[in-house]
Amino acid sequence: MMDRRLIENFDWSVIWTLAAILCIGLLSIYSAVYPQIQARPTNNLFLKQIIWLAVGLSIMGASLFVNYQRLKALSPWLYGLIVFLLIIVLVVGRDVHGSKRWLEIAGFQFQPSEFVKIIIIIQLANYFSSQDVATFPSIRKLLFPVGLTILPVLLVLAEPDLGSAIALAAAAGSMILFVGVRWRYLAVVALTIIPLVLPVWQKVLKPYQKQRVLILLSPDRDPLGAGYHIRQSKIAIGSGMLWGKGFLNGTQNKLHFLPEKQTDFIFSVWAEEWGFVGCAVLILLFCLLIFLILRIAARSRDRFGSLIVVGVGGLIMWQALINIGMVLGLLPVVGITLPFVSYGGSSVIALCLAVGLAENVSMRRYVFQSH
Amino acid sequence: MKTKGRKLDGPKLINLENAESVSFKKQYIVFFAVLLLVMMIYLARLWYLQALCGQYYRYQSENNRIRVEDVEAPRGIIFDRNGVPIVENRPAYDLMIVREDVKDLNGTIEELARLCECDPSDLFSIVDANKATPKFVPIRLVSDIDRDCLARVAAELIRLPGVEIEIAPKREYNWDGTAAHLIGYLSQITEGEMKSGKYPGYYPGEDIGKVGVEYGFEKYLHGVRGHRQVEVDAVGRRVRLLQEQPPVAGHDLWLTIDMDAQRTAESLLADKSGAIVAVDPNDGEVLAFASSPTFNQEKFIKGLSESDWMGLSKDPGHPMLNRVSGAAYAPGSTYKPLVALGALQAGAINPTTTFSCPGYMPFAGREYHCWRKGGHGTISVERALMQSCDVFFYHTGLVMGVDRLAEYVKMFGLGQKTGIDLPGENAGLIPTSAWKRRATGHPWEKGETISISIGQGYDLVTPLQMAVAYGAIANSGKLWTPYVVKRIEGMAPGEVKEAEPMLKRQIPVDQRWFELVQKALSEVVSDPRGTAHSLYDPAMPMAGKTGTAQVVGLGRGRAGQNDKDNAWFVAWAPAADPKICVAAIIEHGGHGGSAAGPLVKQVMMTYLKIKHEPAQKPAHK
Repeated sequence: MMDRRLIENFDWSVIWTLAAILCIGLLSIYSAVYPQIQARPTNNLFLKQIIWLAVGLSIMGASLFVNYQRLKALSPWLYGLIVFLLIIVLVVGRDVHGSKRWLEIAGFQFQPSEFVKIIIIIQLANYFSSQDVATFPSIRKLLFPVGLTILPVLLVLAEPDLGSAIALAAAAGSMILFVGVRWRYLAVVALTIIPLVLPVWQKVLKPYQKQRVLILLSPDRDPLGAGYHIRQSKIAIGSGMLWGKGFLNGTQNKLHFLPEKQTDFIFSVWAEEWGFVGCAVLILLFCLLIFLILRIAARSRDRFGSLIVVGVGGLIMWQALINIGMVLGLLPVVGITLPFVSYGGSSVIALCLAVGLAENVSMRRYVFQSH
Repeated sequence: MKTKGRKLDGPKLINLENAESVSFKKQYIVFFAVLLLVMMIYLARLWYLQALCGQYYRYQSENNRIRVEDVEAPRGIIFDRNGVPIVENRPAYDLMIVREDVKDLNGTIEELARLCECDPSDLFSIVDANKATPKFVPIRLVSDIDRDCLARVAAELIRLPGVEIEIAPKREYNWDGTAAHLIGYLSQITEGEMKSGKYPGYYPGEDIGKVGVEYGFEKYLHGVRGHRQVEVDAVGRRVRLLQEQPPVAGHDLWLTIDMDAQRTAESLLADKSGAIVAVDPNDGEVLAFASSPTFNQEKFIKGLSESDWMGLSKDPGHPMLNRVSGAAYAPGSTYKPLVALGALQAGAINPTTTFSCPGYMPFAGREYHCWRKGGHGTISVERALMQSCDVFFYHTGLVMGVDRLAEYVKMFGLGQKTGIDLPGENAGLIPTSAWKRRATGHPWEKGETISISIGQGYDLVTPLQMAVAYGAIANSGKLWTPYVVKRIEGMAPGEVKEAEPMLKRQIPVDQRWFELVQKALSEVVSDPRGTAHSLYDPAMPMAGKTGTAQVVGLGRGRAGQNDKDNAWFVAWAPAADPKICVAAIIEHGGHGGSAAGPLVKQVMMTYLKIKHEPAQKPAHK
């Protein structure tokens, strides 16, 4: 069985915070799909989500028994496997609303784009923790991790799934920045890309071409083309006022005004029924969760563990920031889910695994390291 | 990050075990600071939406009356080669219903059926078909309602919450029925077409082109629909426009058609069954494309009733049949110049080869007659063309044999699609012995070679093929691919796509043989003995060939009224400098020179503006 010491170092505060966020997620999903459940009881998305969650938490628990150090050796294989799956999904993936994201294996459907996020985190942590890559690596040593990231990002973009690609790039990007990138490299990249992109976008491309590029990147983006979804989302959020309309009393989501309400727009459902107070609680819970995860990273004894946990924190943080920003009408609609709150099996399992990794590192912080 | 970067630049090698928790410290602070900063902005935004504007949004959500309406894009306009609009758009009024705003759905629909004098069950079935559509999306109940219905509904609108009248562009035909087979018509997209994948992004109920240019160039003509977000009050009346994405009109098309020539051709065909097609022998542009009888495109707009459709499709005159490129006929004597060119090139005959025509040719115990009972005497190829001697071509055909004849004639594009940019083309048929064995199981018989060498028997050609083939004779061997769309104007201003003339092939026949046949065809008109001398006009020298094809086996027109021969005339003008090449067929018209010839001449004179007679243009509405 597990060493007592391992259990002592298990970070329960992360689990409690996570549990609170998951409860908010379940309440919101129930509210969002409640009218659907009444119309068609056979397709109960709420129950499905509970099952997914149970699966996710079980996998997370099981993963704790395996020392994360073993991932060092496994990581190149995992990377190869996921890149292979991402290519496969482009070929045989199930086409839903014009994008191929789902793979069906033995009757189960899953999205490789959710799992690639964790694998990239492990692979980058592995690379940056190797002996010869110091803090503030040279440009030559940065090219490899950048390339490692860009390949799956492009594959995910091709599905197309802009949201996942951005989350992937953001999580990987924060890890690379974390290790340290010389200021002048960033300046060079910024100075070459920005002067190129802006004029091309503004001068060279015609409006319909821009539209085409946007639609290509994300076909589910605002099909009515005029901010209808965002307007409806803002009405839902704003109408919640300070205290909200109360559980199951939201009107926006019942009338099908809210698109993708159980996935991308779940925050609006929560905001409508629980008001500013509910939103503030949720936002504070996310801040707390990320704080606790970063604390695990800081306490970790080895670089590999630290970097894995930083990646996990970055992933959750960027998904939450982009999703809420989009729902609030501050960022463009890119189709990204709110971690642990949105409906989705692959997403919840992948995120449980991610938190499991953080706990894994936490538990083994006093265990003797081999090198 | 900057200062930290500098500090750590110094010691290149860092003791990983000890240094890292220290070295990452600032990163953790930056990381968490970014999170807190953005979350603060979000909280401020939430405060703004929920506390400051909360009342406004609460009101909006309680009266959530924001609708998304589609705005149909006007289709591209179709012009003739000179910019005369043939098909434009007009505003039409559609009756829409928003079920969410309707108090009593059944009552409202009954009432609307009464006001529009239509069958309520039709309206109910439309509502049923849209069960899956969200309730706030307007459904089109009746399209293009007439003025009386519009007036009645408009007066009752205040009593009928959820009922709307939408203005949408509809096709307007400046000359109804003109070039109908070429232009085509519009009607609602069918379920099968929706599923075919050929119409991505189309909505049920949209109009699409069904035949002709409207079908073939659908993707250019259709345009991009726009959307409009409007706020409506409790009974569905628009309060204000929130946002609009205007529709993008379809591309305008410029056809190669000359409206004067087209109108002339159609008026000449008015009470006849047949077709006139004119092409420019220098590039393959189609100048006129007339098929008669024609049909009313306007009728399709409102949706054809069952009885109207049955009437059109069961009409013994076959008004929906495109006789220019979609129907094939026996070419009769208009086939002879092609046989002559093939035989000259193959060496089967030469300009001095003569055959004797006593008015008939005995073969295998049968007599094959020449159209002139008295015969033509001893005759060479030039005079045989001029006087259309059948016996000369019987002999020529027998020398050539069916397969060698087919080989040469097919070089002129017969027996295959011309490749015109219009759907529904008929390939016609030029028989070979192998074809007959395949199709019937019987071997080819020599007597059949005799029939096909004067354009009878199995030979089948479309008027368009004949016009293109004669164009190739006129210009000494250039076989052009005919086309009707000259220019596509872009959705973006200034974007224009011009059609390029396409040379299908240079026909490998010697220039001297072309010159000989050109001279003979010119004599058909200019020589007093020629079969079309009645058309002779020094103001417009032309070259052509008459044809009188028996209608046996055509299967059509057996209604008893007439079993007269089909009359053909194919010609170009001016004879020495060809600018227009016209093929005409009049079903059961009788003799080609007298029934079809004057029509061809008239179309040519209109186009070449000899004794200029402009086609009547409609008064502007």
